[in-house]
Amino acid sequence: MNHVMTVKELCLWYGSTQALKDINIEIEERSITALIGPSGCGKSTFLKSLNRMNDLINGVRITGEVCYRNQNIFDKDVDVNELRRSIGMVFQKPNPFPMSIYDNIAYGPRTHGIKNKAKLDDIVEHSLRGAAIWEEVKDRLKKSALGLSGGQQQRLCIARALAVEPDVLLMDEPTSALDPISTSKIEELAMELKNKYTIIIVTHNMQQAVRISDNTAFFLLGDLIEYGNTEKMFEQPKDKRTEDYITGRFG
Amino acid sequence: MKNRKRLMENAIHGIFLILGLITVGCVLLITVYLVISGIPAIRKIGILNFLFGRKWASTAVEPQYGIFPFILTSIYGTAGAIVAGVPIGFMTAVYLAKIAPLKVKIVIEAAVSLLAGIPSVVYGLVGMMVLVPGIRIVFHIPDGASLLAAIIVLAIMILPSIIKVSLTALEAVPREYEDASLALGATPVETYFRVSVPAAKSGIAAAVVLGVGRAIGEAMAIMMVAGNAPNMPKVFQSVRFLTTAVASEMSYAADGSLQKQALFSIALVLFLFIMLINAVLNFFLKHSKE
Ligand SMILES: Nc1ncnc2c1ncn2[C@@H]1O[C@H](COP(=O)(O)OP(=O)(O)O)[C@@H](O)[C@H]1O
Ligand SMILES: [Mg+2]
Repeated sequence: MNHVMTVKELCLWYGSTQALKDINIEIEERSITALIGPSGCGKSTFLKSLNRMNDLINGVRITGEVCYRNQNIFDKDVDVNELRRSIGMVFQKPNPFPMSIYDNIAYGPRTHGIKNKAKLDDIVEHSLRGAAIWEEVKDRLKKSALGLSGGQQQRLCIARALAVEPDVLLMDEPTSALDPISTSKIEELAMELKNKYTIIIVTHNMQQAVRISDNTAFFLLGDLIEYGNTEKMFEQPKDKRTEDYITGRFG
Repeated sequence: MKNRKRLMENAIHGIFLILGLITVGCVLLITVYLVISGIPAIRKIGILNFLFGRKWASTAVEPQYGIFPFILTSIYGTAGAIVAGVPIGFMTAVYLAKIAPLKVKIVIEAAVSLLAGIPSVVYGLVGMMVLVPGIRIVFHIPDGASLLAAIIVLAIMILPSIIKVSLTALEAVPREYEDASLALGATPVETYFRVSVPAAKSGIAAAVVLGVGRAIGEAMAIMMVAGNAPNMPKVFQSVRFLTTAVASEMSYAADGSLQKQALFSIALVLFLFIMLINAVLNFFLKHSKE
């Protein structure tokens, strides 16, 4: 198995409080990696470190390395906009732009210099199909994206992320704001997408981790407690704390 | 006991209603007064002659009451102030909302508030002492008191409202929109102009309309820098606005004279302009809430 991302001794501080403590992890290509753990344990923080979205927060200090395709993303010569293009992100709350469905999808490609109308049309259709929402929206591409249901909005956001042809997709609890039917649609979609993309997904729903992920990482208070094959981990956790968490004794 | 409480409630509601009606009453009173006192002169002069007459000579042997120069001057002056003031104000707002470090933001915001609080006579005074001679020297013209001077003063005067209202609109843009854009690989500046600004556009439009309202209603400051001659407007020409036309002759026009009545008619025209602008403003404000 190829490793797309290799994290070495990653520490992160918000001001003087440490949110990530010496994280080491390797992410397999074309797989789904689930990040689980009680709320506040640093899952989102870790995820945002991977595409450097933490750079935008005042007072954040980071040490250690995140290697993406053999390049440390914190190196000075890394183009962070290019990095974020390659490592897409889907947020917890669906956040389509207040624009038309078409413009939402075309936003990324336009940002990266694609102006040709036919080409954009193509990307829009392809991305919406890729996110399994094309049939539902193909007749209303010019309508505002805010008119879609929550589940549709989230798939639209996935389509928007796919439109810039990413390599890795980061998803931060993408289904926590959705109903069960939309949730299972997104889960199906994730399992399909892993044939082409590497997916890292934060979830507080352990069944979800079991259903869709290949590997699982368990975080607790900023530490990575256990990381490995999902099935094995849920059958036979190595660490007592992991066992307590997945059997529902806390969190 | 219960009854007394209810009585109190009703009394207080009544008092609030009356207080509210005072405002409505003032507006009605002003409107009615302006219409009644503004119509007679328009009747006598003829509405077309009044609105589109190109010559104002209220004290001539054969007086003429054409306010077209004032109307045009007010429109040009306001448009000029908007063209000059909006880009500066808007960019300042974007800078304050999205880019400026906290300390810089605090300083600039304080300065903007101060600018808003300066009385218009002070703007006029500084304009008269600094701007007017400056224009005379820079452009080699005999007198710097001109439409240009008025436009510059107005542009500065409308800055605070434009900055504050656009700033509020920009700050209300949900952070999630910006995060989504950045996560797609857009740069911060691209994000501000392609996501934040469009998301705040109705608030920004409201800021512009507010600026228009402020500029068109201003009298004191521009009276002091515009020269006040009733010419058709040209950039380096001494000009008179609708507001200053009323203000400059009111004190010496004889009671009951056609001149005085015509001044009321000018005020009525100005009033209608401002009503129109308010309607547009309300439209945008409503729109931005949706
Ligand atoms: N912007 C921030 N500033 C300061 N502290 C933060 C910030 N974001 C998160 N934290 C803190 O970092 C810790 C980890 O948060 P987070 O990564 O959001 O956890 P999770 O996603 O696992 O719920 C929490 O204690 C949280 O309070
Ligand atoms: Mg989180």
